[in-house]
Amino acid sequence: MIKIKKIKIKLNGKIKTIKENTKLSNLLGNLEIPLKKVAIEINQEIVIKKKIDKIILKKNDEIEIVHFIGGG
Amino acid sequence: MKECAKAVKLSGAEIVTVAVRRVNIFDKKKPLLMDYIDPKKITYLPNTAGCFNSKEALRTLRLAREIGGWKLVKLEVLGDKKNLFPEMIETLKSTEILTKEGFQVMVYCNDDPLMAKRLENSGACAIMPLAAPIGSGLGIINKINIQIIRSQTKLPLIIDAGLGQASDATIAMELGCDGVLVNTAIAKAKKPFDMALAFKNAVIAGRKSFLAGRIKKTIMGKPSSPISGII
Repeated sequence: MIKIKKIKIKLNGKIKTIKENTKLSNLLGNLEIPLKKVAIEINQEIVIKKKIDKIILKKNDEIEIVHFIGGG
Repeated sequence: MKECAKAVKLSGAEIVTVAVRRVNIFDKKKPLLMDYIDPKKITYLPNTAGCFNSKEALRTLRLAREIGGWKLVKLEVLGDKKNLFPEMIETLKSTEILTKEGFQVMVYCNDDPLMAKRLENSGACAIMPLAAPIGSGLGIINKINIQIIRSQTKLPLIIDAGLGQASDATIAMELGCDGVLVNTAIAKAKKPFDMALAFKNAVIAGRKSFLAGRIKKTIMGKPSSPISGII
């Protein structure tokens, strides 16, 4: 049996372990993120939402998922 | 959030400022602002509250644009954690960059007419001078400067920060401002819903008063009843 390697990433400031070669779209899908209401950054670069199924997460990637809250 | 939505409705506000923050990925049931305030009915104005330099502000607004194509944004770059005054050099720099990137930038600034002019020349789409420090409730400290800024610009002029009660909004509108941005004065009032309604009426009163054209001030009394036919 082939053992699936795992990697660590940082998601909204917290360390998370995921399978190697996980696509960003899969991660977002598992988290049930409402895509239309958020913006995503990887290592401080904005991700174009149309391209999330082409992005494969790498070890130590820092992902930020943000949305709007009330506030002046 | 329900209360917030109700206060927004009572106040008659057309624009609501919003902040960009991390999604709570561990509590999926946590409600989203968009579930309570419909961005199709109320204009969301992403803003950079809490940013202390140009880099943070630009990052925040670029993310905001990505959330849903927002181009109208409010820029606020603070310079001092105690008085929360705007850091105008960073603000000016950010206004130039954001305008070049296609944003329409409403800019929080101090009540300095010269700086307001420079912001206008840098592409700001609205000038938003403070009345007083954020959250202070002091009302408009420098009415003369606000009047000077009004006289020199045709851009929307919105008083941002420092208002304490409804009458402060009336004064702002009587000075010729196009609107007021209010949070603390309503949110922290003993009865926020009543205060929201009071602000709505205050803004309407001030605007009508401005358009009606006030009488000239004199230091001596002038009889208001006709003198002819006096017995």
